[in-house]
Parts: sequence; C-alpha cells; structure tokens
Amino acid sequence: MQQRESWDWTAGTREIGDFGAWRTTYGYMEEPHVSEDGEKIAAIVRAEEEAYTVCVNGRPWENTFDKVWYLRFTPDHRPVALVSDTAMWTVAIDGTSWQNWYEFVWNTRFANTASHVTIAAQKELRYFVVTDDTPWQNEFFSLNHLIVSPDGRNAAAVVQNTTFPEADIGKFQEGCFTVAVNGEAWPEQYVNAWELDFSGDGRHVAAEIRTSLYDYTIAVDGKTWKKRFPCVWAPRFHPADNSVTAPVKIPGGWSLARNEEIIWNRGYKQLWHHMYSPDGSHIAAVAAPEFGKWTIVEDDRAWQARFNEVVTDAVYSPDGNRIACLGKSNEKWYIAVDDRIWDVALDMAWQPVFSPDGSHVAAMAEKNGSYTIIIDGKPIGQEFTAAWQPVFSPDGTRILVKGVLPEDQGGKYCRQVLEVERVAS
Amino acid sequence: MKTSEDFQAAAEEKRIYDAGIEEGAKKLTPEKIRSVFNELMQTEGGARLEAYTKACVHCGLCSDACHHYLSNDRDPRFSPAGKVKQTIIEIVSRKGKVDADFMKRACEIAFTECNLCRRCMIYCPFGIDVAYLMLFVRRACHQLGVVPQYIQDTAHSHAATYNQMWVRDDEWIDTLQWQEDEARDEIPDLRIPIEKEGADIFYSVIGPEPKFRAQLIYQMAVIMHAAGVDWTMPASQGWDNSDMCMYTGDSEMTARLKKIHFEAALRLKTKRIVMGECGHAFRSVYDVGNRLLGWKMPPLQMIHAISFYSEIIEQGRLKIAEKFDRPVTFHDPCNIVRGRGLHETARYVINQVCTTFIELEPNREHNYCCGAGGGVINCGPPFKNKRVQSNRVKADQLAAAKKKGAEVVIAPCHNCHGGLEDIIRHYELGLELKFLGDILYECIQKE
Ligand code: SF4
Ligand code: SF4
Repeated sequence: MQQRESWDWTAGTREIGDFGAWRTTYGYMEEPHVSEDGEKIAAIVRAEEEAYTVCVNGRPWENTFDKVWYLRFTPDHRPVALVSDTAMWTVAIDGTSWQNWYEFVWNTRFANTASHVTIAAQKELRYFVVTDDTPWQNEFFSLNHLIVSPDGRNAAAVVQNTTFPEADIGKFQEGCFTVAVNGEAWPEQYVNAWELDFSGDGRHVAAEIRTSLYDYTIAVDGKTWKKRFPCVWAPRFHPADNSVTAPVKIPGGWSLARNEEIIWNRGYKQLWHHMYSPDGSHIAAVAAPEFGKWTIVEDDRAWQARFNEVVTDAVYSPDGNRIACLGKSNEKWYIAVDDRIWDVALDMAWQPVFSPDGSHVAAMAEKNGSYTIIIDGKPIGQEFTAAWQPVFSPDGTRILVKGVLPEDQGGKYCRQVLEVERVAS
Repeated sequence: MKTSEDFQAAAEEKRIYDAGIEEGAKKLTPEKIRSVFNELMQTEGGARLEAYTKACVHCGLCSDACHHYLSNDRDPRFSPAGKVKQTIIEIVSRKGKVDADFMKRACEIAFTECNLCRRCMIYCPFGIDVAYLMLFVRRACHQLGVVPQYIQDTAHSHAATYNQMWVRDDEWIDTLQWQEDEARDEIPDLRIPIEKEGADIFYSVIGPEPKFRAQLIYQMAVIMHAAGVDWTMPASQGWDNSDMCMYTGDSEMTARLKKIHFEAALRLKTKRIVMGECGHAFRSVYDVGNRLLGWKMPPLQMIHAISFYSEIIEQGRLKIAEKFDRPVTFHDPCNIVRGRGLHETARYVINQVCTTFIELEPNREHNYCCGAGGGVINCGPPFKNKRVQSNRVKADQLAAAKKKGAEVVIAPCHNCHGGLEDIIRHYELGLELKFLGDILYECIQKE
C-alpha cells in the first residue's frame, strides 16, 4: 500500500488527465470517479457501438466489454469495475479482467486500507464470494449482507443453507439462514440474519439475528446471546477487547447492550449506528431522545443540538476526542462537530473528515448545484461542478481537494493542495 | 329479505381453508391468546383502542360505505361495525378470553374482509377508524402466529430479502440492466443509473416490478430521460418500498424495511425519493414506517409518481407529443387519495395527457376500494373468489363508467391493478387497465 506520506503534497493546483478535453470525445460517458490521492479520474464510456470500457486520465482501457458497471477505485488507487462479455461477468482491475467469470457479480467490497477486492457472485443459481479471483469453496442458495474484515482478507455474508418449497411458512420459521465466514457456514441456522460486523483483527464475526418471528438478538461466531429482544440493530465489536455491543429495544425505548447486558441507563425513542472511538474508550450513536428529534449520544449523554429530520455519517476523530456528523432540519443539511452546528445550510453534505490530530474538520457539500469544501465551518471559496472527499496530509497542515472546475473556468479536473491555516483562518 | 340465519348458513358453507390460519391455530392455547391480547391492549392499544371500541353507537352510518357489505347483500356481518363487533369488541369485553376457533374467524375477518381502506371512517359521526381496529386484530394475529399463509410468506420474503417477491440481489440489478438494454434499442443513450451517488432523485419501486412488470421500470427510465431528470436506483437492498409486514401486523419488520429504504436513499446522497405507482407502499413509507422509527416526517422528501408526473409536466420538462385519445376513467387508490389527497393532482395529469376523461361515481375520497388493498390480495388463491365476489359494487361502478363511454381504467397502484384486473375479468367488463406511466410513455416526446 502506498502511504499518504508519499502523495504529492506540494501546495498548488494541478490539472489531471485533461478531463476537460476527453469528456467530449465520447458520445456516451457516465459520471466520473476519482482515486483517493486525486491522481486519476475515470469514467465508463462507450468506445464503439455496443462496446463499453473505462477511460482513465484520458486513456481508455485496451479491452472493451458488452457492459461495464460499478466503477470505483481501490484504496491503492486502481480503477476497478464489474464487466461482462457474452453474458458472463467478472471484475476488471486496471483494464485486466480476472480469470474466472460468473453469471453475475456485484457488491464490490474492499477494506479501507488494503488492496484486496471482494465481490458476491452467482453461477447456476448458487451463491458465493470471490476475493482476488479466488472463489469460496462452498456455495449457497442465496447470499447477502456481504462484508470484509478490516484487512480485506476475510469475508462474511448471510447465506441460505437450506431450501424450502415456495410458500412453506413452517419450514421458513424453523430457520434456514446463517452466516458464512470465508465460505464456512455456522452450524446454527436462524429465521433471519442481517447486518454483520468483523472484529478489528478479522477473527470474529457478529450478526444481527431473529430466532423466531418475535425474538431478536445477536450471535457471535455462531453463539447466540441468551437474551432475546423485541428488536435489535447492527452489532459492533469493541476495537480492543472484542466484546460486542448492539442497540436493543427494551420496554422504555432503545438502549445499548454489551454481551447481552444493558449498559446504558436511558431509553431512547431510537438508537442506531453506534460506533467506537478508535481506542474503544467511548461509544457514540445516532439517537432520537424524543420522537422526531435527532442528535448524537456519546456514552449515554445526548448532545444539546437537535435536528428534526435526520442525523447521519457520524465519525470519530482519530484521537477519539471529537465527533462530527451531518444533520438535517427543515430540508437543509448541516455539519455538526462536538455539539456545535456550523452556520451553513446546505442542499447536501458528505461525511466530515478529521485531520490526523483532530484539530481540523473538513466536509464536502453541495449548494445550489455547486460543490465546495468547507473547513472548520468556512467554505474554501472555490466551487466545482463535481467534487470528491477531501484528504488531510499526514501532518495535518495541508488538505487535498479534488474537483471539476466550472465550464467558465475550463471544466477541467484539478487536484488542489491547500494550506489548512490559510483557508481555515 | 335474507335473515341472519340465512347469512350464517351461507357463511358456514363458504368456510375457507388456509394453511397459515389452521396450522397457526393448532398451536394456540387460551392462556396464550389471553396474554397476547392483554399485553397488546396495555402496550399498544391504549386510549385510542378504548375510545374507538367504546364510542360506537351502532348507528350503521358506516355500513353503506363498505364495499364488502354492499357486495354481500348487506349482510350485517360485513358492515364495518359488524366486523368490529365480531372481533375486537368481543375480545375486549371478554378480556382476551377467546378460543382458537374464535381467533380463526377473527383472523379471516381482519385479513380478508377488510381492506383497511378507511372509507367507512369518513361516514362515521365519531370518525371511528375501523381500519385501525382491524390492524390491531392483525397485530395480535401476528403475535399469535395465526396469519394467512400467502401474506405470511410475503412477510418472510421481506425479512429474508428486504423485498416482497423473493427477488435476489443479483436478479434485481440484472433486471435493471436488462431493461436498460431493451430501452437502448429505442433510445441509444438512455441509462438506468445504478448507484449514482449525488443524483437528485432516488427512484424506488415495489417487488413485483422487477419480477412481473419490468416494463414499468423501462417506461419510467424513458420518462426520466425525456424530462432530463438526474436520478438513480440502488444496487443494494432498500430498492423495494413495499411492505406487507405493515399488513400482517409485524411492526418490527415494517420499521426495519423502512429503515433500509430510507438509508439506501441517504447513502446515495439523493435529495428526494420518488416512489413508483403504488398506494400501500406510500402509506408505509410516508405514514407508518417513518413514525415507527421515530421520524415525525420522512427524513427526506418523498413523493408519489403522480406528484412527480404532475411536476415535470407543469415545469414543461415532459412534453406531450399526442394526447391519448381513448376515453379513460380513473380509480382513486385509497392510500394516496383518502390517505394523501392526491386526487386533483392525478386529474391534472390525466387532463394533460388524455382527450376524454369520464369520472367514476363516486370518486375522489369517496371512491370504493379495489378490494385488493390492505394485503387482501396477498392472502392469495384461497381467498380469491371471495375477494372478487366481495366487490361486486366495484364492478357496477366500472360498468357505469363504461356505459358512459370509458374504455380504459387508469389505476396508479399495483394492488389496485391486481384487484381491478380480477374484477374486470370475473364480471366480464371488457375494460382495459393501465398505469398512468403506461399512458405517459405512449404519449410523450421521447427525445
Ligand atoms: S376500512 Fe374499508 S373495507 Fe374496512 S370496514 Fe371500512 S370500508 Fe370496509
Ligand atoms: S358509523 Fe361509527 S358509530 Fe355508527 S356504527 Fe359505524 S362505527 Fe359505529
């Protein structure tokens, strides 16, 4: 993996791949995607009649395909897409397709910092997972909720391991679903299993399950919590001790349980998307302390700030001392950091990004059809017709901003490195 | 005139076998029934249940509102108050001390003799919401495990796949790509934009669209293209906005389904949800599921296809090349008309696109239900004949419009389509049935 230190952090603006020119050379082009380091811009294009490919920095891949979809960049900046030829599908990375082809592939997954690529695949109505062109040994009747471990080496999914005839409601309620990790199914079967989580070391998996139509709980590595709840949401592993927490419904509303014991005292109207600070010493979640009023709760204490529509995209700073999120009230999006709402009403916003030491926060936002980056509550002044998530330099003094300039400024795709102090002050 | 004995004898003769009800009832004990009802009455029934069950003065003003009552020779057991009396009032007054046979009958009434259409409510001087009471009975049936087989199977599909039709994740994406391919023969640059982050509109449909009516997705893609709309559909679960769990009484699953639907739209950073032509899905997303999750209103704006069509026509983004020249009539779906007041919006669109519009009588919020809604059609084959016979009044209403010249019935709802299709066939009405999207697709300027 290329480390962020080795990216080009020279302050200034650099145009990449003459996007302004090549975007007009294709009769058909889909929306572009950009690598995290900003050095590559790519889009699915029609190369010739009924043949599609990917154009990266103005150069199309040598191979064309009947269909190309879900173009993204791997964390190590390689363009990856799902491609089809003669009705069979596989993954193409940097223009080179995998050896193995399937009847369908989807759900491209990669870990945040690893180069492995994982997909879900189907062949002859049997379902399995493929990582780096190697399929699971075992196949299942259905497969969903695919996740990969933080290092990208392990994959887990909810699978159907038992068939049941159409409309056989009795058999269904006996439990026909379970979790498969790297192709190995847990022996226990459940009525349903939904969201999964890998432990930080990738050695354990937790699942949100239902053991009857009425009993919800969590299973960890195939072992089910003894307690049942009227409802639960996705479990999370503690980053250090591998204990498992999940929001659970209790008579007074929603609370948080660790290894099936309730650990928070307050009941919330809603509580979900909980997350750990990197060292595991704090837990924060999105919550509605009252009906229709949304906020962040940390360690069972709610922020003062309230949003009347929704709170999403919460994130901890790397040191675990700060939290940022998005909130929406009266049809406008806002960015909030540590219980303070930035005074900019937006049409759309993306998950905020912390600088490595946590002292700065940046977020991409859209207003009146233009995109910009806001740092510590202040827009950088440049507007774009498209933009991508900003990245702080490892020392936190600079920020990489990636965007397509407006037509009247040439319509080019640029990678800009800005001095944080200059734009934030 | 038929006596109550006649009605009783006829009812005995018509007893329908349903595996879900029968097998479920075998596992019931009086203690279980009592504890489920008592718990539910305390935790979920509360003041509303008490008020509704106590307020009814048996005036009968609601009877003529109900298509089941009218279509079953005014059998009082099919009147709204009659259904309440045979189920929840009995249960409340007996403090839950009812037996398995009682529950079988209560289940059949709540699931197949009431469409939860809320027509009766607008005629009741006290505004008693019989649909709410029938839903309460269904909620108890769910907790007791006595639910008609086919709708329970649909609820299982929702739970296992997050869609109504056991559509697998790959099948869904494959269908979108297949429709895109087909549409490209007509419009070479047309796109069904899958997973386009930041698009203005998140378009969601119900499970039966990819399964049986994929052409509707095609047509919507053509409409979006013609109007120059920036839209997307997810490759993940959450694409299906429908919800039969709302009708089986599985509120926990309803909440889960709405969560995944809203979160797909939020994840893709879209600004609005446009929902395809479905009524119950609208009720579930706009009214029921959002509140179950703690949202007063949906977390992002959402509109029904009718409002969307009206908006793009009004803004001049969608141009009509040639008006539809066969006489049409319009069936107002309960959930978007009584539930959301979209009747004039629908008429605006129809008048923009069709030359001759003939009203059904009664119409707008007074229209009769299609007989399929409220999950009744989803109770499946065992109840099909009963359902069609229980809506003779709809056949009469359609026949009257036909007499005035109507050739085509527009129904912007999937359930209504299913229900009306059966009625048109059974009563040999010789009317053609269309979605608004079918007509728009036919009439708009496509390039
Ligand atoms: S809600 Fe509709 S179907 Fe149910 S009793 Fe009332 S009018 Fe009849
Ligand atoms: S109209 Fe209202 S009060 Fe009268 S019988 Fe019907 S439900 Fe009861």
